[in-house]
Amino acid sequence: MTVLVGYVPTPEGEAAFAAALAEARRRAEPLVVLNTARSGAPVSADVASEDAVRRLTDQAGQAGVPLEVRQESHSGDAADEVLRIATEVDASVIVIGLRRRSAVGKLLMGSAAQRILLDADRPVLSVKP
Amino acid sequence: MDFAPVLDGFTVVLEPTNLLYCLIGVVVGMLVGVLPGLGPAATIAILLPVTIGVEPVTAIIMLAGIFYGAQYGGTITSVLLKLPGEASSVVTVFDGHALARQGKAGTALGIAAIGSFVGGTVSILALTLLAPVVAGFALDFGPPEYTALALLGILLVATVSSGGRLKAVVAACIGLLLATVGRDAFTGGERFTFGNLNLADGLDFVPIAMGLFGLGEILYNLEERHTRVQAPAAVANVWPSRADLRQSSGAIGRGSVVGFVLGILPGGGATLSSLAAYAMEKRRSTTPERFGKGAVEGVAGPETANNAAATSSFIPLLTLGIPANATMAVIFGALLIQGVQPGPRLVTDEPELFWGVVNSMYIGNILLLIMSIPLVGLFVKILRVRPAILAPITVLITLVGVYTVNNNVFDIVLVIVFGILGYLMKKLGFEPGPLVLAFVLGALLEDSLRRSLLIFDGDAFQFFTRPISGTLLVIFLLVALLPTIRTALSRRRPAEQPDDTEELV
Repeated sequence: MTVLVGYVPTPEGEAAFAAALAEARRRAEPLVVLNTARSGAPVSADVASEDAVRRLTDQAGQAGVPLEVRQESHSGDAADEVLRIATEVDASVIVIGLRRRSAVGKLLMGSAAQRILLDADRPVLSVKP
Repeated sequence: MDFAPVLDGFTVVLEPTNLLYCLIGVVVGMLVGVLPGLGPAATIAILLPVTIGVEPVTAIIMLAGIFYGAQYGGTITSVLLKLPGEASSVVTVFDGHALARQGKAGTALGIAAIGSFVGGTVSILALTLLAPVVAGFALDFGPPEYTALALLGILLVATVSSGGRLKAVVAACIGLLLATVGRDAFTGGERFTFGNLNLADGLDFVPIAMGLFGLGEILYNLEERHTRVQAPAAVANVWPSRADLRQSSGAIGRGSVVGFVLGILPGGGATLSSLAAYAMEKRRSTTPERFGKGAVEGVAGPETANNAAATSSFIPLLTLGIPANATMAVIFGALLIQGVQPGPRLVTDEPELFWGVVNSMYIGNILLLIMSIPLVGLFVKILRVRPAILAPITVLITLVGVYTVNNNVFDIVLVIVFGILGYLMKKLGFEPGPLVLAFVLGALLEDSLRRSLLIFDGDAFQFFTRPISGTLLVIFLLVALLPTIRTALSRRRPAEQPDDTEELV
């Protein structure tokens, strides 16, 4: 069993990581950080830079939590990718960050967080920054 | 030399409209330079219909800006993301990205921008001095000389272009064949029209260029998906240090010369000259092991050379009417659409156009130098646009654009047919460049060949009795037979040293 956190380099992502780190310590389980960006474009703001990954590794090392960082790219929906990885690593809990979304915005663009909450077959911990 | 027309050229450039189009040209050039896949030839082809509504000078100023602007833009992604946006920036990846990994991305970009500016400016100065001389010399050319020149131009482009030599020659022959479609200029007989009225005037250049370069490239790039997505890179401290500048000044000087010379040669162009400059810097260096690990010269040399070459490749086009590479072939087509026949008479008949375009390059280079350093971050943002969004928009612009030229649906069909042909050619390792070039030169070649045969009463050997056409044809035969001779020789004594540039590619 592991703790899976969906991470993007934003305040929401940082909050999710901090909560996931605490959760992993409490459960004494390894932490899996999933950083996935939509494939197609050569560059995406969702990808964590090497510095960010190093910082996450340092924090996990200080907390004494084994950490695995998975940087991948997905086609289609980010929520599907999170749920797929959750099954793959057999996560006991999925940690995600929530950002402020308007009803219209969700109607038009959909919400990855909402889909994860609705479709996940395991506990989801959602965090606000 | 009379400098009055040169100065008049500046008054043409400084007109607000021309300044604006120069700015648009270099900005678009930088954008496509940044975007991998969409090259300057494709962009200029797609934008051909836009140029029809504006003055010839203005149109060519913009298209030229796209060409040399792309040389600046290609550097940015090479250095920051190890993704050459442009074929001519491929070698910059080796040392440019190595420098970026050492946290010296700003230095690499700054050196590249300064080198590009110096190379471009040196090349324009040489162009200003050399072009009228070449044009004056070429004024004596008659049909036989043009026949020889066109043949040599097509052969050199086919020989030097990337990809297989045989394939390039095949592509060039297809281009020549396509040029024969339509009404015969001498007898009025219809050739390969299949009774179709749309083909009676021959195939238009615009749909062919837009199809082969524009649509073909877009289709080809759709296949290539960036599965490895990268984080946006941050750039700080763009100004190179004094030591870096001193270290790269020699490379910038040599790159200017190499680029200028190779740019003039047909088939040379920006890509080849950047390879040659890199190879030369590596060979000259006392510490060649530094190359590939972040040598400043490895960025300065090729980046200077590709800009110098981009500028100097205008010389054969504007003075002889022979495009030196694929992009120049598209600009040649743009001039023809405007009703301007590029050739030796251009300098004397249309001094405003000639000097306007040449002098716009000074302005364009200054604009690029100003823009390229502070706006790097902005240009990198373009890379976040996915091809799934970019490609349909580009295709739409292409198809609508080609329709507006003649208001003819047949042209749209042609673009699609040639787009598929271009895609298949790239897929099978044929370059579309030689095809388009041979198509453009085909009309000139056929016309002057038949004219000269009329002059010679059908005696083809008289080509060799005229000094210029004779010399050109001897060079043609040498270039054509050289590989055969070389293979014959190397069979006799095998195990020669491999070529330097081949090792790089």
